[in-house]
Amino acid sequence: MVENTNSTNTNLEYKRAKRKEEMKQQVVTFALMIVFTIIAFTMVTADLDKLFVIPILLVLAIVQVGFQLYYFMHMSHKGHEMPSLMFYGGVSVAFLTILTMLVLVWW
Amino acid sequence: MSTTIEQNKGFGATLWDYLTTVDHKKIAVLYLIGGGFFFILGGLEAMAIRIQLIKPANDFVSAGFYNEILTMHGTTMIFLAAMPLIFALMNAVIPLQIGARDVAFPFLNSLGFWLFLFGGILLNASWFLGGAPDAGWTAYAPLSTTSPGHGVDFYVLGLQISGAGTLIAGINFLVTIINMRAPGMTYMRMPLFTWTTFVVSALILFAFPALTVGLFLLMFDRLFGSGFFDASMGGNSVIWEHLFWIFGHPEVYILILPAFGIFSEVLPTFSKKRLFGYTAMVFATVLIGFLGFMVWAHHMFTVGLGPAANSIFAIATMAIAVPTGIKIFNWLFTMWGGSIRINTAMLWALGFIPSFTIGGMTGVMVAAAPADYQYHDSYFIVAHFHYVIVGGVVFGIFAGLHYWWPKMFGKILDETLGKITFWTFFTGFHLTFFIQHFLGLMGMPRRYWTYGADQGLELGNVISTVGAFLMAIGAIVFLYNVIITTIKGDKVSGDPWDGRTLEWSIPNPTPHYNFTQIPLVRGLDPLWIEKTEGRKGMTPAEPIGDIHMPNPSILPFVMSLGLFIAGFGAIYQIDNPIWLVVLIIGMGITFGAMFIRSVKDDHGHHIHKEDLDKGAGL
Ligand code: HEM
Ligand SMILES: [Cu+2]
Repeated sequence: MVENTNSTNTNLEYKRAKRKEEMKQQVVTFALMIVFTIIAFTMVTADLDKLFVIPILLVLAIVQVGFQLYYFMHMSHKGHEMPSLMFYGGVSVAFLTILTMLVLVWW
Repeated sequence: MSTTIEQNKGFGATLWDYLTTVDHKKIAVLYLIGGGFFFILGGLEAMAIRIQLIKPANDFVSAGFYNEILTMHGTTMIFLAAMPLIFALMNAVIPLQIGARDVAFPFLNSLGFWLFLFGGILLNASWFLGGAPDAGWTAYAPLSTTSPGHGVDFYVLGLQISGAGTLIAGINFLVTIINMRAPGMTYMRMPLFTWTTFVVSALILFAFPALTVGLFLLMFDRLFGSGFFDASMGGNSVIWEHLFWIFGHPEVYILILPAFGIFSEVLPTFSKKRLFGYTAMVFATVLIGFLGFMVWAHHMFTVGLGPAANSIFAIATMAIAVPTGIKIFNWLFTMWGGSIRINTAMLWALGFIPSFTIGGMTGVMVAAAPADYQYHDSYFIVAHFHYVIVGGVVFGIFAGLHYWWPKMFGKILDETLGKITFWTFFTGFHLTFFIQHFLGLMGMPRRYWTYGADQGLELGNVISTVGAFLMAIGAIVFLYNVIITTIKGDKVSGDPWDGRTLEWSIPNPTPHYNFTQIPLVRGLDPLWIEKTEGRKGMTPAEPIGDIHMPNPSILPFVMSLGLFIAGFGAIYQIDNPIWLVVLIIGMGITFGAMFIRSVKDDHGHHIHKEDLDKGAGL
């Protein structure tokens, strides 16, 4: 309904600009993700110290999941509050459970 | 089809209607019948247990058979009776309470029901096929991995199938409540039953996968030669306990939270007052849901996790008593100063408060880890969880059935019979289980098939069995009540209780499409707001228009049937590989039905606005 007014044109331009901006971000993150993957593989093949490689791998993985969720699956957009809540709820429950297992139960 | 009036249909047409229905109101009836059937079955098993224990060294049943009845009683009551009965009430009420015409995924709703039913039938088929599962409802390894025969295999596959149904139902209610609320119904205007259903659905979503994984591992160990729980092959049997209780403790909250929701509807209606402390109630519900995930190891205090783990889990467990206590006080304050009507639904609610409080108190007692070394695996635990499950969940189901029966079936259950049911059941319940606290303290262990004459346990067990018979009488009177009301009861108006929430704004019988016009919600207790402002019903939020409804489908039934057949194949292939054929045929049926569902477009149908007031689709 709102689009049916005189502001249609400016609206459209704004949308186009925004899409272009998003496209740029997606390309950048995509490139970054490939770089991350290459780093990960070279680190593993380079026979570095495990204690050094594993934490970095984990960080790279987490950042990649973030990229995926926010730039490709649009979780930053409006109307994704409930999916975010469910997502972070689930992640924190799983995290606490695994943490408990590791430090309390099997240590 | 859906536009014919119910009474004019033959038996075959009605049967087909229910096999293919995707209407949440009819699925509610299916859940009620299915859950009610298994409740009776589990009740008969309970009676057999109590008869066996009525005197020392009894031989009413053999030791092995006792293990089977005991296991099936627990498994049936939790998975096949309590949960489906709760789903019955959710299906009957939630779309009406939030002002929706159906659930978000009507097809999945029906699939969830049929999966539950076929899973339950598969589990119970074990009785006729060489013996039921006998490793307890908790199926601890290595008892479950080494139990001879096929009993535990039926447990694994039956629960796997019905568990999938539960997961589907949970996801469906999550999406329904998030997406389908009527205009104006913000989260903080949702009735408490909707809120608890919402939180419970999230619990199902996060808790059931742990059971799924555990059951898969158990299935691999028993049927495909793996050794996840076998120490001699490098496995670890304690992992099963963790997986089971990571699911199991949220499961007990999945059962009790909807009951909390029911009481939070019944008490305000019959006190003619707004629910006291609505915000605190919502907060407490969410908090209980969250904490429920962090306490599973309180079932494993005696496993030997060490003092650090035991103390942390003990404290987390006791913390849950705080939000629960908040709820108890809010219910009491809701009644305070209200104009209270005591009918059967209200009686169940009133009986619930002290009964459940006792269960919560023994809960805190067993949560004290050092003390639990005494209580664990004794009849004290049996008393604790029956106080919360019967005194909480079963009372809640009875309250909900009496409260919403006029919404579901258009008639009020007979009040006199209802009160007889309540008083016999209530008295029987306390007779049966109160004394069990003391039996436990005197050293009577849980899950033993008999006891000696010299142990001083006779009197307590006699009292307990007498109580069980009273409960059975109460249940029979309730059944009689249902039959007599169906035959003789008078049709009532759409709002027989002078209700407060949206479901009571709908005329009786509820139209196929629930709301001719979706209502506009202007606050908590929306119907009550309109009533206090002198209006007869809700203000519509939309003009009268065509209504889009989903088409019925037999596919959910076929998919579930396929898995049921595949279940037998999976169980018996270990005896003879030829059974793999059955497994493949069953999976083929399921995947075939899924394929048809995917490629065949089904856009549903429209009810035209000209037909709406002519009673179309009733
Ligand atoms: C104040 C709240 C509660 C606390 C602190 C609590 C605590 C506990 C603890 C510590 C145990 C394990 C005892 C043992 O095996 O040695 C237990 C067992 C149990 N509780 Fe609760 N509980 C609470 C509420 C509930 C509720 C609301 C339900 C169900 C509706 C429930 C159902 C059960 C069941 C079924 C068991 C026995 C499981 C089994 O071993 O078969 N509890 N509870
Ligand atoms: Cu628990």
